[in-house]
Amino acid sequence: MAKPVDRELKKGSAELLILSLIAVRPRHGYEIHKLIEERSGGILRFHAASFYPLLYRLEKKGLVEGRWVEKPDTRRRRYYRLTRRGKAMLAERRSLWNEFVLAINRVAGVENA
Amino acid sequence: MPDWREELRARVEPAHLEATREAEIVEELVQHLEERWEELVGRGDVAADASRTVLEELDDMLPARLAAVERRASNAPAAGEPTAAGPFTGLAKDLRYAVRQLRRNPSFTAIAVLSLALGTGANTAIFQLLDAVRLRALPVPEPRQLATVEIQTYGKGRSGSFHGRAPGESRLTNPQWEEIRARQEGFRQIAAWGGERMDLSRGGESRWADEIWVSGGFFPMLGVRAAAGRVLGPADDHRGCPAIGVLSEPFWRREYGGAADVVGRTLTLDSHPVQIVGVAEPGFGGVEVGRGFDVAVPICAEPILHAEETELDKRNHWWLGVIGRVKPGWSVERASAQLAVASRPVFEATVPPEYNAQDAKDYVRNRLSARPAASGVSPLRQTYVSPLAVLLVISAVVLVIACVNLANLMLARASARQREMGVRLALGASRGRLARQLLSESLLLAAIGTALGAALAQVLCRFLVAFLAEGRPNLSLDLAPNLTVLGFTALLGVATCLLFGLAPAIQASRTPPGEALKASARGVAGGKARLRLRRSLVASQVALSLVLVVGALLFVRTLRNLATLDPGFSGRRIVNASVELAPLKPTREQVGRVRQELLARVQKLPGVASAAAVEVVPLSGMGWNDDVRAGDPSAPAQLATFNRVSPGYFATMGTRLLAGRDLDARDTRGTPEVAVVTETFAQRYFGGANPVGKTLAKKELAGKPDRVYLIVGLVPDQKYTDLREEFLPIVFVAEAQDPEPKLHMELLVRAEASEADAVAAVKRTFAELAPSASLSFRTFESLTRRVLLSERLMATLSGFFGALAALLAMVGLYGVISYTVTQRRSEIGVRIALGAERGDIVRLVMGEAGWLLAAGLLAGGALALLLGGAARALLYGLRPADPATLAVAAATLASVAALASFVPARRAAGLDPTRALRDE
Repeated sequence: MAKPVDRELKKGSAELLILSLIAVRPRHGYEIHKLIEERSGGILRFHAASFYPLLYRLEKKGLVEGRWVEKPDTRRRRYYRLTRRGKAMLAERRSLWNEFVLAINRVAGVENA
Repeated sequence: MPDWREELRARVEPAHLEATREAEIVEELVQHLEERWEELVGRGDVAADASRTVLEELDDMLPARLAAVERRASNAPAAGEPTAAGPFTGLAKDLRYAVRQLRRNPSFTAIAVLSLALGTGANTAIFQLLDAVRLRALPVPEPRQLATVEIQTYGKGRSGSFHGRAPGESRLTNPQWEEIRARQEGFRQIAAWGGERMDLSRGGESRWADEIWVSGGFFPMLGVRAAAGRVLGPADDHRGCPAIGVLSEPFWRREYGGAADVVGRTLTLDSHPVQIVGVAEPGFGGVEVGRGFDVAVPICAEPILHAEETELDKRNHWWLGVIGRVKPGWSVERASAQLAVASRPVFEATVPPEYNAQDAKDYVRNRLSARPAASGVSPLRQTYVSPLAVLLVISAVVLVIACVNLANLMLARASARQREMGVRLALGASRGRLARQLLSESLLLAAIGTALGAALAQVLCRFLVAFLAEGRPNLSLDLAPNLTVLGFTALLGVATCLLFGLAPAIQASRTPPGEALKASARGVAGGKARLRLRRSLVASQVALSLVLVVGALLFVRTLRNLATLDPGFSGRRIVNASVELAPLKPTREQVGRVRQELLARVQKLPGVASAAAVEVVPLSGMGWNDDVRAGDPSAPAQLATFNRVSPGYFATMGTRLLAGRDLDARDTRGTPEVAVVTETFAQRYFGGANPVGKTLAKKELAGKPDRVYLIVGLVPDQKYTDLREEFLPIVFVAEAQDPEPKLHMELLVRAEASEADAVAAVKRTFAELAPSASLSFRTFESLTRRVLLSERLMATLSGFFGALAALLAMVGLYGVISYTVTQRRSEIGVRIALGAERGDIVRLVMGEAGWLLAAGLLAGGALALLLGGAARALLYGLRPADPATLAVAAATLASVAALASFVPARRAAGLDPTRALRDE
């Protein structure tokens, strides 16, 4: 069983994860939550009590937009998609993150080699 | 799948979001939880485990985070702060929130509401009864002007025959009433009334009506009008007036179906025709609280209805009450002072000719006085006010216990909600606001409990009245809840709310937010202070419960003492038949023979073991006493109690003869008059020597020689008017030697097997021999039951309340002890890990309960001793500070405490130490 990563690291990365996951297509809350867990191989997991407030904060900031969608034969769901500002933010965060990871690896990787 | 909606609403609520936004979030989260649950179950989790996991993932910080996000976005005011400054802003929200909180904890809510309803219900019911008996004003105009005229000094110089519906009340004679009417100055209008039970039937089994005698001024003085025909007026009140009557409205409906043509018809009272002249207005039931009337007849018609036994001019027949309206500008005190001055001439003009010089001197020394009577006069009041007052105190204590119990439960809940409170404080909610939130929950509980209690009170009150109505055929109490009662109930509601809601609210608002947030579910900040408070609450609950259990035991033992004491006779399988011979119209000479023949027939009936005639049925409340001189000729005459019985009386009552012989067929009008006396009589008059063969002299009317009786027998002491009295010196004289045999006959019949068979046989005999004689039956046991009515009431109700108090104490103790066990989980874990035996742990936990119990019992014992004095008059055969009763009560509560703490103690002893320590 994978161990959950450090709280702070998780919190900092959480916004990036959410934004990335809805960059391709709109998704509902549970789907996002589930994808984070699956794609991280169980290392990243959020409790609903912290995940949703985070999602709502992104929405309030105008980075994502939630909308209730009703399809025949399924329940009404709230889908989140990226706004224009969200897209710009995602691009910025991604490059920052990549730089950060590279920097860490440069230091930590060399030491370990 | 579980429904999470309520749970989520409750958890999101503290964030105080805007309503539609809140609904949106709840819906989204519900979907999330459902899918998460399905996922867990799909993976193979048991449903219950899945539910637990799902809820655990939804930790306590949700509202705080939500509030933070939403506030930042919209610049909304801090969660929990009123938007406008009004004191009631947010009240609706508080109440809505309170409703949700209560719905989340159905068992807590049920216990709270039920105990409050029982407490307020009992209080309201008893208060309502007290109000009806004591406080409610008569339904007449200006009741505050009413006052009764009474004799202030009792006892001395008043002897003769006392009639009337209220034995023990100050009664007056008709000559006195006439004098008072002539000499009083303080009353604008004044009237007299008396009353008795009269037979409506014209033969066969009696049908009783409550008749009242009234003077002409009675209805006009009270301002009572007629619903049909007319009421009686001063013109109807003159010597030699005809027998006319005014019906009460309920009697008119019951007996005549409210017929419009009732005026002019005739009804029969004790076989005499009475013409109906009208019906009194609805709502008026006379001036005696708790006892209505059926027919009102002018006092001047008494000679017609009582025929030759008229009491109108007898100066030693006490049968009237006087009530009047004080003059404008006069106070009751002033009217009373005037009456005191007028007393001398009133009494001097009415000295009974039968009195000797000493009696006459005592008699004229009596004083009249006036007493306020806005709420009427009441025989019930004397009998029941002190038991009802004690019951009101008891039920108030029950209510306090219920409140203490609730305060305790609320504190326990407050501990569980500590983090929620901390979060809300951290988010900027004011302490006042939090206290208000908790108070609104208490308010809601108090309101529901009180409303339910008010409904319960109506049922309880009717039960109480049914209880009291036994043996009082015309008991009528106005029990419609009035403003006083509603006000009292509302006051109870507010008081209980403050009593159980305030302490937890203050405690909660004192919590430092930081600590509350850090605190884990168990290790609660401020827990020490709160636990101390809870402990003292439980101890006081034990103390109050002890008081009630002691009270219950005292009253139950009083009832038992009275019910099991030896009254000197046995009432088992005895039926009392009252026979009215007047309709047979026997001549004076025939009466004695008719009585003897009827008795002889009854004695021979199959199913009848034995039968006797008696003048005063024991325990019936009737009485007859006279001055007697016996033994030492120089000693002054003393009052002795009399009864007149036929041969076979002692055998019927199961009384054995101690010396001499029974009254028998030898004793007739022609032989010397004989008597059987009791031990107390022998003690008082002969210093305990055997009285058989000696004589006693009964004082007769002035001018007549004393009547001398030869004592032929001695019997054990027996009760006469009631069970509580000291044994009286009783003289039994022979029925056959009665110089004036009465037309009224009381038969006591001991049935061989069934009382009903004996009654049927007696009825058949009378139908055959004397079909026009009227008859009524009661069992002797019903008499005893009636005599013990207020004792049974006290025992039943205090027993119920005592049990309730013990139950509530159990709930309280259990709550606190389990809470302590939870708090000391890790400590207990360490102890077990270090090798403590299960027994040690059980002892440890139960020891805690023991301390609470000891403290409670000590305080309760002191309180019981302090309060016991108030109940002294209601006890019999034991003192309020009865050590055995205290011991039994303490033992009862100790077992309750043991029961309540054993369950948590066993749970503690069964603790898995590794788990207990890991969880920490």
